[in-house]
Amino acid sequence: MKPEGGGITASFRRAFTGFSLDVSLAVPGRGVTAIFGPSGSGKTSLLRCIAGLERAGSGHLSVNGELWQDDAAGIFLPVHRRPLGYVFQEASLFEHLDVARNLDFGLRRVPPAQRRVSLEQAIALLGLQALMQRMPATLSGGERQRVAIARALVTSPRLLLMDEPLASLDLARKAEILPYLERLHGELDMPVLYVSHAPDEVARLADHLVLLDAGRVTASGPTRELMTRLDLPLAHGDAAAAVLDAVVSAVEPDWHMSHAEFPGGRISLLNPSLQVGQRVRVRIQARDVSLTLARQEGTSVQNIFPVIVTGLAADSPGQLMVGLDAGGSALLARITQKSAQALRLQPGSRVFAQVKGVAVLG
Amino acid sequence: MLDAAGLQALALTLRLAATTTLVLLLAGTPLAWWLARTRSWLKGPVGALVALPLVLPPVVLGFYLLVFMGPSGPVGQLTQSLGWGLLPFSFAGLVVGSVLYSMPFVVQPLQNAFEALGERPLEAAATLRASPLDTFFSVVLPLARPAYLTAAVMGFAHTVGEFGIVLMMGGNISGKTRVMSVQIYDHVEALEYRQAHWLAGGLLVFSFLVLLALYTLNTLQPGRRKGQGA
Repeated sequence: MKPEGGGITASFRRAFTGFSLDVSLAVPGRGVTAIFGPSGSGKTSLLRCIAGLERAGSGHLSVNGELWQDDAAGIFLPVHRRPLGYVFQEASLFEHLDVARNLDFGLRRVPPAQRRVSLEQAIALLGLQALMQRMPATLSGGERQRVAIARALVTSPRLLLMDEPLASLDLARKAEILPYLERLHGELDMPVLYVSHAPDEVARLADHLVLLDAGRVTASGPTRELMTRLDLPLAHGDAAAAVLDAVVSAVEPDWHMSHAEFPGGRISLLNPSLQVGQRVRVRIQARDVSLTLARQEGTSVQNIFPVIVTGLAADSPGQLMVGLDAGGSALLARITQKSAQALRLQPGSRVFAQVKGVAVLG
Repeated sequence: MLDAAGLQALALTLRLAATTTLVLLLAGTPLAWWLARTRSWLKGPVGALVALPLVLPPVVLGFYLLVFMGPSGPVGQLTQSLGWGLLPFSFAGLVVGSVLYSMPFVVQPLQNAFEALGERPLEAAATLRASPLDTFFSVVLPLARPAYLTAAVMGFAHTVGEFGIVLMMGGNISGKTRVMSVQIYDHVEALEYRQAHWLAGGLLVFSFLVLLALYTLNTLQPGRRKGQGA
């Protein structure tokens, strides 16, 4: 994918204690870009360099045509002059101000002419109506993080930086916030850099993906492509999954089922609340996909697609990750080495993928 | 009851304590801020200098101030050449001595509060377009308010109670540099125990009430931060 409208180009080199950051990347100037990598890979440091919170020895940063930093030319906008929003891992609200005043803090420092996100919009988007008079100390972790996100949004940032905003929350709170993040993505046209080490968050939210390891960029590209590339760590392990976009073609309320079409076939979903014509993004985990040489009859599995093997790569001991092409969409299957040998799988083999579970990502 | 000399001593004491506290809050803020945030090697030496009055007998401090600010001391020669005259045995001299002597009681609570604040609120404010100065007034000051209360009360009360340094720096000039503690000493020397009781008892009650008010207020503060005790 070519960065549009100038995009975001960044390069930073800096030695930190324990590791060094040496990053050069160009990502699209719109949509959500996830920066993904194991802990200690430099994700947060990269984000802090972009914000100007860390001063890299040599850095260059341009956001959709605006130059924010070029150390070679002696240009360095201090943090408070960069039109960005930053959501920290912990909400970091101002404890002496109630929610309304926390939101107002950034808002009143932005000239009216530059405001594109209204206070009402942010309050509605993050469901803060009932919280406005509360003090931060009385809020739950999830509520605090929603306030922090809204506080960043109302400054109408030209780049929103989010540093694992869900990492400090338990599963229930995460599930509470994720829909808000998805709405944000849908309703606001604001480029987002989203740091995460959780593959499921990346699959749900990110259009574009930057993989970081030991302070270096190892890959950068559309999420769907990188998630299924067998040479990258994201396509391995328990959480490996493929993401497909499909269009709902039929709904069977009696069976609590919906059916959606994608170029590789028809997916059946256990989800009655979808509308015909709706676009859905679904996730198929590699461990839920099995392979057969002939189309199985008399099976309870409803989702069976003809696929072509595109590659095989060792996964955990005794297991292989198989890359598949389903009518142009990539899928992953994790099978044992023994079965791969029995089926004589090799690139180009034509087989059938049986999919046991499909999750709708919204 | 208090005689005219006693009232004069009381007024002078309050004026000295108020002036000293004000000077210390203004000058102590940047100093405490620097001590809380610097990574310079100077932090240790400067911190030790600020804390020195906690362990040093006030008479020692007063003695050296007298030497430095006297007619042949370096500071004394400077103030003379600037046409300000000499500081010892004047109200200004008392203020200088009190400021140095009460400094740790103001600087340390502020420094502790600034340190407890951490980096995060400042970074959050910066990402919300607040300049460093803006951040100081809109975030740091409000969050450090309990510490300012502590610092002001401790600085004021400590100045009211000092003796050795005012005796050395101020002499004992009635109406000019004779503060309450010196006045009490004079009364006791002259065996005027009744007058001494009025002043001494007054100071005792005053000190207790000040501390009582401070602890009550800090307890009532919606327990936000720890670490601003003196």
